[in-house]
Amino acid sequence: MGKKRLTMRRKESIYGYIFVMPWIIGFLAFTAGPLVFSFMASFTNYNITSQMDFVGVDNYQRLFTEDSLFWTSLWNTLYFVAFSVPLTTIGAILLSALLNQDIPGIRFFRTLYYLPAVLSGVGVYLLWMQLLDPGTGMVNLILSWFNIDGPNWLFDPDWTKPSLILMKMWSVGGSMLLYLASMQGVSKSLYEAAEIDGANTWKQFRHITIPMITPVIFFDVVTSLIGGFQIFQEAYVMSSNGEGGPANSLLFYNLYMWRQAFENFNMGYAMAMSWILFVIVFVLTLINLKLAPRWVHYEGEEK
Amino acid sequence: MAKTTDDASYVEKKDGLKTLSGTNENPGYFEHRGNRKNLLKLINFILLAAGSLLILSPLWWMISTSLKTMAEVMSFPPTFFPESWNWANYIRTWEAAPFTRYTINTLTITTLVVIGNVISNSFIAYGFAKIPFRGKNILFAIVLATMMIPGFVTLIPQYVLFAKLNWVNTYFPLVVPAFFGSAFNIFLLRQFYMTIPNELIEAAKMEGANHFYIWWKIGLPLTKPAIATVAIFSFNGAWNDFLGPLLYLNDENLYTLQIGLQVFKGQMNTQWNYLMAGSLLVLLPVILLFFFFQKYFIQGINLQSGGK
Repeated sequence: MGKKRLTMRRKESIYGYIFVMPWIIGFLAFTAGPLVFSFMASFTNYNITSQMDFVGVDNYQRLFTEDSLFWTSLWNTLYFVAFSVPLTTIGAILLSALLNQDIPGIRFFRTLYYLPAVLSGVGVYLLWMQLLDPGTGMVNLILSWFNIDGPNWLFDPDWTKPSLILMKMWSVGGSMLLYLASMQGVSKSLYEAAEIDGANTWKQFRHITIPMITPVIFFDVVTSLIGGFQIFQEAYVMSSNGEGGPANSLLFYNLYMWRQAFENFNMGYAMAMSWILFVIVFVLTLINLKLAPRWVHYEGEEK
Repeated sequence: MAKTTDDASYVEKKDGLKTLSGTNENPGYFEHRGNRKNLLKLINFILLAAGSLLILSPLWWMISTSLKTMAEVMSFPPTFFPESWNWANYIRTWEAAPFTRYTINTLTITTLVVIGNVISNSFIAYGFAKIPFRGKNILFAIVLATMMIPGFVTLIPQYVLFAKLNWVNTYFPLVVPAFFGSAFNIFLLRQFYMTIPNELIEAAKMEGANHFYIWWKIGLPLTKPAIATVAIFSFNGAWNDFLGPLLYLNDENLYTLQIGLQVFKGQMNTQWNYLMAGSLLVLLPVILLFFFFQKYFIQGINLQSGGK
């Protein structure tokens, strides 16, 4: 009897490995293998064709001490992340609070606000290039109705990053739905109890809704931080010749890495850059995880 | 409850938002406080209505600009409604660049990616959800951890790999990885498989079915809604993919719509009417997909937030 059960379990295990095997193969071939290669190559002067000599930490040293564009691109990326992540998070929460109400046309509104989130790619970037065009675009036209002389957006180094952040704000609908789903999961009885205690709408939002959705806020912040650091396509398409905009103001980290890797073929150098990015993202995520218990509220956690 | 074998019923048991059109069961607290609450509701409505004009205006502007003559596009101040509706702009746009070829190429890649993603992720997720084996939890943790790796870290060495395989200027680098699963989809489908009762699988095993058979005959049909979600997300991803084709395709005959549009942008300079017509044509399939299959977009979000 016992023996038979053991072989049953073993048979199950074999099935298990067969089922996850495609992922394991893919992981080794497209993730783990490349990671190992990249790490080693980051200590070489690899250029994909002829040379691959060990140069020690030379790439890293040059990045930190000699390469001013590295710092420019890092600064641009930090700027973008520092503004876009909080703005889109707060925007999505407020929007979902407005959409979590029992008012006429609410289904229509939800569909509508979500729509921009499913649109992406070059079509959207071209659209925003036109909207933000200082002379013929819609944004400055609307601003002029309020007697505001709109900026030159994508042509003014001070306004290029805000331009992209504005474009991101247009599509907060994606995370809005995450929050909405979570808000609808909050038990009605909590609000009823608060109502009896005389808490007003704002207090209910502040002390019931927000704490109950903190797990989703946490998830959203972690993923949009990771995503924000990887901004590339927007800058590539929306600056002329993909060069990173006026005065390198749209030269984001990944765009600079792209140039080093696929235009200059400084592969070793670019891979060193990618590892620095990895470490930054990793450390920020760790900090997030460490801070989480202080503000993230999980149901069933209370004594 | 009675129709437990129905496809959708498994999701509907989960908390949270079902569809965009799902009614809101939450704030029953409106009725009591009379006027003040109604005033708040009114303000809420006005804010949403004003906001939706703001949200829709870029799309209207795209349509409007695409129909204008170049003279009108350049006129100052810009106009919200075109003086004449030049539908011929669309024909001229389509003929100005090999958009037909781009469309065929994009559809080829997209179809293969969708097939690859659906089959591989469903298969893998079944293994993670329904079969006990040693090291499963560690492996699944690695699956999740890969979502944290910035794409460019693997992008460069992957390029080296595919270049050595002579896959540059082929669709292989864009399509082949789709057949080996991806973390997000595995996670999504696993969540869904978890809602299928184990008894169902056990019962099938009692009758002598093996896991391949169970996956094919029970797993796939029961997870249809989640598979639809994965298919739609993959379609969207492949249709909008810019980075992959930009990196791997140099031959103009292989270009996709995204790359084609980028090239078109260079040709047209600031001929915004044609550029907007082109953009709209490329975005249209995604917009249509959204209106027809909203439910599945929403479901993806639900499965995501259910797995906190």
